[in-house]
Amino acid sequence: MPLIDLANPTRFLALSARILPWLAAATLAAFAVGIHLGINAPDDYQQGATVKIMFIHVPAAWLAMASWTVMTIAALGTLVWRHPLADVAAKAAAPLGCAFTAMCLITGMLWGRPMWGTYWVWDGRLTSVLVLFLMYLGVLALWRTVDDPSRAARAAAVLTLVGAINLPIIKFSVDWWATLHQPASVLRLGGPAIHGSLLSPLLVMALAFLLLFLTLHLAAMRNEIMRRRVRTMMMLQAEAAGR
Amino acid sequence: MNLGPHAAFIIGAYGAAALIVAVMIAWVAFDHWRQARALADLETRGVTRRSEQREATT
Repeated sequence: MPLIDLANPTRFLALSARILPWLAAATLAAFAVGIHLGINAPDDYQQGATVKIMFIHVPAAWLAMASWTVMTIAALGTLVWRHPLADVAAKAAAPLGCAFTAMCLITGMLWGRPMWGTYWVWDGRLTSVLVLFLMYLGVLALWRTVDDPSRAARAAAVLTLVGAINLPIIKFSVDWWATLHQPASVLRLGGPAIHGSLLSPLLVMALAFLLLFLTLHLAAMRNEIMRRRVRTMMMLQAEAAGR
Repeated sequence: MNLGPHAAFIIGAYGAAALIVAVMIAWVAFDHWRQARALADLETRGVTRRSEQREATT
């Protein structure tokens, strides 16, 4: 099937219905392996068992940024190519990204308290992730405020593109400013700085989080298409009643 | 498994993550149920989309 055929919502619904059960099963399997590896991972020589928080905190942070990246690509799809599924994809990704950002912030605070002696500091990394969370709330509020989906999509797309400036700020905040947060230790030049025994569970958990995002995103996109069908049918019903 | 002196923070972090994942799944599942029910209600009342009306007449 050519990729352009996916632009048709009916074809998208049929194809996604076939893919979803497999994605859900792969997500469960990846979580089972990841949690097993995480439980059996050795303690860090400095952090002790608290290093296990890394297996959920880091993937949540990656997904928080990946969700906004998906929304940015979708925003281009809305504004430039007017792809029929672009704003559906953006709207479906926003609450998921918001949830992953909240997870990143909460698990980070619970990791920070025993390691740094504080739940929160206003340093570059923590503050830029908080800004990302607030931007997610802004986009969600925008989608709810504007009633017409296509007008809401354009407004949300502009806000998403502006907000994308924050992504490199989050990534490089630990290099640009003196922060309490540690510098990048996985996605860095020269390869990961984490020992293999801790890196393996981290990467498997990251895969599990990615699969979870794909599963929920696909399901949320299906819901959004259905919501628009309901809206169209209700308008047709009102139109017919008015004649 | 010994989680050491900071066990409460580790358990709290995993608990919070599990709760957030559960809320995301519940939100998507509930939204699907709500939209599917609304579509079914409209279809039983005989409301169809224009594209379906065209398909029915051709």
